[in-house]
Amino acid sequence: MSSGQHPRGSEDKMHSPRDFHILFVPRRSMLCEQRLKEQGVLGSFINIDEYILDLIPYDGDLLSMESEGAFRECYLESDQTSLYHTAKGLMTLQALYGTIPQIFGKGECARHVANMMLRMKREFAGSQTQILPVFDSLLLLDRNIDLLTPLATQLTYEGLIDEVYGITNGYVKLPPEKFAAQKKQGEVGKDLPTEPKKMQLNSAEELYAEIRDKNFNAIGAALSKKAKIISAAFEERHNAKTVGEIKQFVSQLPHMQAARSSLANHTSIAELIKDITTSEAFFDNLTVEQEFMTGVDTDKVNTYIEDCIAQKDPLIKILRLVCMQSVCNNGLKQKILDYYKREILQTYGYEHMLTLNNLEKTGLLKPQTGTRNIYPTIRKTLKLWMEDANEQNPNDISYVYSGYAPLSIRLTQVLARPGWRSIEEVLKMLPGPHFEERQQLPAGLHKKRQQGESRTTLVFFLGGVTYAEIAALRFLSQMEDGGTEYIIATTKLINGTSWIKSLMDRPEAP
Amino acid sequence: MMIRSKPDEDEYWNSSKFKAFTFDDEDDDFTRLKESKRAVNSIRSLVEEEDEEDDVEKVSWSGEPVGSISWSVKETESSIRSTGEVRDQSFPKIHTAPSLPKNSSGYSLSSLFKGKAKTGNFQSFSESFGDPSIRNYAPELRKPKSEYKDYVSDWTPEETVKRMQQGKVYSLEKFHSLQDKLLLLDEAVNAHDGNVITAVLIYLKKSLSKEILFRELITREIALRHYIHYLKEIGEQKLLVELFKSLDRTEDMALMQYRDHLNIRDENKRRDFLKNCLSLPFSPDDATHVQDHYTLLERQIIIEANDKQVESSGQADIFKKYPRKASILNMPIITTLYYSCFYHYGESDGTFSSPANIRKTFRISDKQFLLTCLGARAKLKAWFDVDALFTTKNWLGYTKKRSPIGFHRIVDILQKNNAPVQVLQDYVNLVEDAEQKISLAQKYKCHDVIINTYRDLKDRQQLIVYRGKVERGSSEYRKIEEILSNSQIRWKN
Repeated sequence: MSSGQHPRGSEDKMHSPRDFHILFVPRRSMLCEQRLKEQGVLGSFINIDEYILDLIPYDGDLLSMESEGAFRECYLESDQTSLYHTAKGLMTLQALYGTIPQIFGKGECARHVANMMLRMKREFAGSQTQILPVFDSLLLLDRNIDLLTPLATQLTYEGLIDEVYGITNGYVKLPPEKFAAQKKQGEVGKDLPTEPKKMQLNSAEELYAEIRDKNFNAIGAALSKKAKIISAAFEERHNAKTVGEIKQFVSQLPHMQAARSSLANHTSIAELIKDITTSEAFFDNLTVEQEFMTGVDTDKVNTYIEDCIAQKDPLIKILRLVCMQSVCNNGLKQKILDYYKREILQTYGYEHMLTLNNLEKTGLLKPQTGTRNIYPTIRKTLKLWMEDANEQNPNDISYVYSGYAPLSIRLTQVLARPGWRSIEEVLKMLPGPHFEERQQLPAGLHKKRQQGESRTTLVFFLGGVTYAEIAALRFLSQMEDGGTEYIIATTKLINGTSWIKSLMDRPEAP
Repeated sequence: MMIRSKPDEDEYWNSSKFKAFTFDDEDDDFTRLKESKRAVNSIRSLVEEEDEEDDVEKVSWSGEPVGSISWSVKETESSIRSTGEVRDQSFPKIHTAPSLPKNSSGYSLSSLFKGKAKTGNFQSFSESFGDPSIRNYAPELRKPKSEYKDYVSDWTPEETVKRMQQGKVYSLEKFHSLQDKLLLLDEAVNAHDGNVITAVLIYLKKSLSKEILFRELITREIALRHYIHYLKEIGEQKLLVELFKSLDRTEDMALMQYRDHLNIRDENKRRDFLKNCLSLPFSPDDATHVQDHYTLLERQIIIEANDKQVESSGQADIFKKYPRKASILNMPIITTLYYSCFYHYGESDGTFSSPANIRKTFRISDKQFLLTCLGARAKLKAWFDVDALFTTKNWLGYTKKRSPIGFHRIVDILQKNNAPVQVLQDYVNLVEDAEQKISLAQKYKCHDVIINTYRDLKDRQQLIVYRGKVERGSSEYRKIEEILSNSQIRWKN
């Protein structure tokens, strides 16, 4: 926070004195007020208030706190303030949607949030809400029980858009060339737009809702199918003979035109992404990722990574790969770690020593500690690698990474059926406690479930969640005999790049 | 990077045990996208037709191919601009309540955004008199002064913390004794509210000596973390350093101080800062890196000053032919080495700017050194220098070419720098794996290599095939003819 101009300075003889108000978003900060007090201006404000934004709905089934610093604060700096706000957000949620009868969790932060929730509930014991509970259970998951998933390149349509272009607050900025207006007959070509094209991405757009969670490999077929449907709809105009029929057709036009633009946009985006996914660089990178995930050669210096460093590829790409190797190997042999570190510092600069330290502290890039590698056991027990993942018509969550099932989602899946007791051993290998808590519901509010009705579980990722994981949960929700529907909440929507970036130390903006 | 020809690629794909991300049928997918594009375009013409008809509803499409979506984006953008706040805009078409089964409360998540005063105001005692802004939802109302009378009553730490959380008037000054203050702090920590903890810490910082405060914080981990965060935020570097010292977290302290160099723009000041960092208690590894960092910047400053002067005086040809695009300051060591190989190749290791000196001082690996030199000399098209990098004399005096990395990599780098075919050919010849050799040679049209390799493999068929690819009457053509007509060769096919 930089010190602003003294508000009194803006008063002058010509204008009447102005009122200044402060509205803190997302919440009030003691430090800000302290700073204002030191500047001597705190008293000049008429109103000091806060506009609390804890959980922001990003879509019908997605909530995020958009707290960029949450992972870093919780896992690097051991500062659990954001967890307090998580708990408060959950209390607000319960005030609106009813007390959640069951709370499951895995991880230190999860335990802390649950404790705070239970305590807050006790403190407000007088004010019980008489709302029929919407959620059957809450699952709190620490990001650090699954450090691998965010490092891998996402392969769903939405995931790839985020990896390549970055989705911020539901918007993406795209290179404008493909979206330029087509030349009409005889018209002189307009200048190509230079501003990036900004597009909104959410489930209100019918086509996007259909394709966002598909593996990118299945997008071509989906778009082609949609094109046929839209074409056929437009062709219907030939069948409209009576005035009534024509009128009806015309009334549908806006919807059809919207569908057409939607199709045009996503065809263009798909083409842009396709250029990237068919490149040799993408293929080589993905191959190495999959080698690590299946446990191949994770204990040697990887020549692809070496080559990329030698070619001075973007640093974050390198960091994602070496961290992946470290996580899949439960830490790297000291010699190999030192080698990578030296190559990185010499090629990108010594100041990155700070980042490497941070990565070590969070467990992403660390030396082997002597305990045996637990990752292959986890992989086998939870079936994280599915050799024959079907990208077109998936039957398992592993389609989101074309073979790798996100560990976090597998745990969620197993919790619903058959329950965590069946994987006690594996759970113990993952960091932090796992637990179950029950909250008392006021009499008469117990949910009576109908035959075939699903349970609703709120899954809260403490430290970030990727679009691919969200797609996997949506897949579970719509499974025929799944039995559970999922609502997703998180401290932040992340991808490997933004995640690693949050752990880097950068010069402060001037 | 492995370079394989297309038939080999397919084989690789099919034989690979890893199902890498593939497209089932790549061509089809492209066709499908084309199909969809075609459909879109044909529909567009229909739409245009429609627009001309009078009985169609007028729709405000401006001719942009992205009608409704960009329109709604624009709408949202303009409303964002007027409020200046992005977050509380809900998406234009989305229901503001998530699509959950209807509950009887009638609330929606968006009511969260209607500013219910929950934890509300955070008045501290000293402000409440002069400040008329005690918040209420009837804005003009002010609590009568009589209500302030209660401030003298004895609130326990627990009550005080509760009041702080609820935004009521409170007073910390009445906690005089150390014990009281500590009770207050512990109570704040138990409440988990960061704002409350910070407020208490600010008071303790004012009212306790730092020795006592530090001593007490050692056993209170959560309060300590908040305090560190607070000191970082208000920029009290010196105090932080003392705190870390007393905690014996010396490495953390060293790193934290080192981090500050990122904010120093002036290179001389930064160099001096780094020099001071040298005495900090880093871990042995980190200490080496900081030492290297300092040494590097120190030398970069000297090289930069010198080269700038030489360049502007026009003394050296190299600077005239290849003017410097950027300063060498703060560049990583490998970049600096490249620069040195480019502009200062061949200098004795007595100067800071010579490659030899840099190699020795910064302990650059053979591999890195070779690759960097290669890149620089190839850029300058200094093929003799490139040769010399790989040539070693064995004890008999014969020269032999050796490389710590595969020659296929060398070929790639040379090709990227537009090396002439003659030069490329020499290095392709050095590739050991025959298959790789042939594919590289084909890629870069090194006819001699291909011809010789097929000859050595005694593969007549391939030679015939290749003869068809080269220009009739060219020297390659004649060479193939010559070999084919050589009766002494025992062809395998």
